Amino acid sequence: MNFQKHIANHVRDLPRSGIRDFFEIVQSMKEVISLGIGEPDFNTPWHIREAAIYGLERGHTGYTSNLGLPVLRERISTYVARHFGVAYDPKSEIIVTVGVSEAIDLALRALLNPGDEVLYHEPCYVSYSPSIVLAHGIPVAVPTRSEENFTLTAEALARKITPASRVLMLNFPCNPTGATQNKAELEKIAQLCIAHDLIVLTDEIYSELTYDSATHTSIASIPGMRERTIFLHGFSKAFAMTGFRVGYACAPAPLTEAMMKIHQYAILCANTMAQDAAIEALEHGERDVDLMRKEYEMRRNFIVRSLNDLGLECFKPMGAFYVFPNISSTGLSSREFSLGLLEKKQVACVPGTAFGPSGEGFIRCSYATGLEQIKIAMERMAEFVAESSRKH
Amino acid sequence: MDPLLSLLRNNARTPLEDLAKELNSSVEAVRTRIAELEANGLILGYQAVLDPQQGGSRAVTACIEVKITPERGGGFDRLATRIAKFDEVQSCYLMSGGYDLLVVVEGDTLQQVASFISEKLSTIKGVISTATRFRLKAYKENGVALIREERPNRLAVTP
Repeated sequence: MNFQKHIANHVRDLPRSGIRDFFEIVQSMKEVISLGIGEPDFNTPWHIREAAIYGLERGHTGYTSNLGLPVLRERISTYVARHFGVAYDPKSEIIVTVGVSEAIDLALRALLNPGDEVLYHEPCYVSYSPSIVLAHGIPVAVPTRSEENFTLTAEALARKITPASRVLMLNFPCNPTGATQNKAELEKIAQLCIAHDLIVLTDEIYSELTYDSATHTSIASIPGMRERTIFLHGFSKAFAMTGFRVGYACAPAPLTEAMMKIHQYAILCANTMAQDAAIEALEHGERDVDLMRKEYEMRRNFIVRSLNDLGLECFKPMGAFYVFPNISSTGLSSREFSLGLLEKKQVACVPGTAFGPSGEGFIRCSYATGLEQIKIAMERMAEFVAESSRKH
Repeated sequence: MDPLLSLLRNNARTPLEDLAKELNSSVEAVRTRIAELEANGLILGYQAVLDPQQGGSRAVTACIEVKITPERGGGFDRLATRIAKFDEVQSCYLMSGGYDLLVVVEGDTLQQVASFISEKLSTIKGVISTATRFRLKAYKENGVALIREERPNRLAVTP
């Protein structure tokens, strides 16, 4: 049977994730130290896990409202107002989703007609371009550059705007680069969005994880932007709750309603016990976030210094838990470097090209791994770099 | 807490080079700062954390709740300092609540600890009473859990 004939064209033509490819190679090897993991190495704080258990004990196992538990939406509303300075009505402007991933899918499907163009900065999270394609949109990447610490400039964005542009996707702090965006540049970008009537989809899942003096500004808080922004956030990174799969979208009521229509038919509601856990996280979890952030910050200092010491130029990212060093001095491509490092030294990093073509020449190293492991990985990477450069 | 102190509390054997990298500082600056902390007495010492069940402490450990008579002018300090001077005493704290001092004592045998209490501690003028509790088993020692929680396996590479 010709299965390909029966698979929708736009799905058949979708490339496999470069990360998945790499994952299969890593899986086949033993004793690998992985800097390739995009989730916290901390266990979910016990009081949050316990809240999920308590939910089960009380028999909280039914469906919730399509939008999510009312109490959770109220807590989200308070949290977003306090941390991001934007007020959303818990009754009509917040929807709880199965992670930010689902929220991205909902938003794109709710907004796009076939042929609409979606702008996003690249290197970027692996799902952006495929999610746009699956929603019948056209992905338009705006490359960001290491010279500008991978921030998105209004100038670069303006060059890619066309009459078909409908949506801009932002992700700061950024996976995979760790880049953050300063307020002044964000304001210029906001001006462009208003001028060209773009809706902004802002994925701020790493916003609690900013370091040094960096303060996080949400584009939704910039005057004139709340009405044209879908704000996406979740619990995975800040509260170490990846497996709970809880995220949320905040947006003006008509946009939330449009997303809710898709959500109610496709998903119905997010997992009920996970929503109970999320309430606990917002009510009592901020101290845990602080402790984890301090730990990440020290690891970041360590890994950035180590990479630069061993000759891989790397800017000091102000957010998330990734560093994105330039490996082109070794004369190897991203994929060659990552494969070589894996095969010769059993250290896994993700080639920059997994995050789009503009990631060539870079690798992503996650520091969501214990410092002891990071230290060994850096030693092995130093050996690898020394051995590779001898050959060139 | 000073980030250097929290790193040292967590692992006092972290090499200076690593401390400098984590704190975004230089080896020389970290060395100087540690020397200062040692000199001014904030850092009292460095010890290994041992598993008591594997012979990491002497065989018998007791917590003794001691009631004492406070003195005019010095409160509990003179007596507490005097009790703390005994080699058998590992820790000595002034407590709120039903008794005054919590004294942690180690010995090789039950007999040894008992005779320290009856012959030395109880006979000090000003000590009103003692209540002794012996340790049966340790679950956590100086912040290190002795029964390790198994770490769930994470996927090796994720987006």
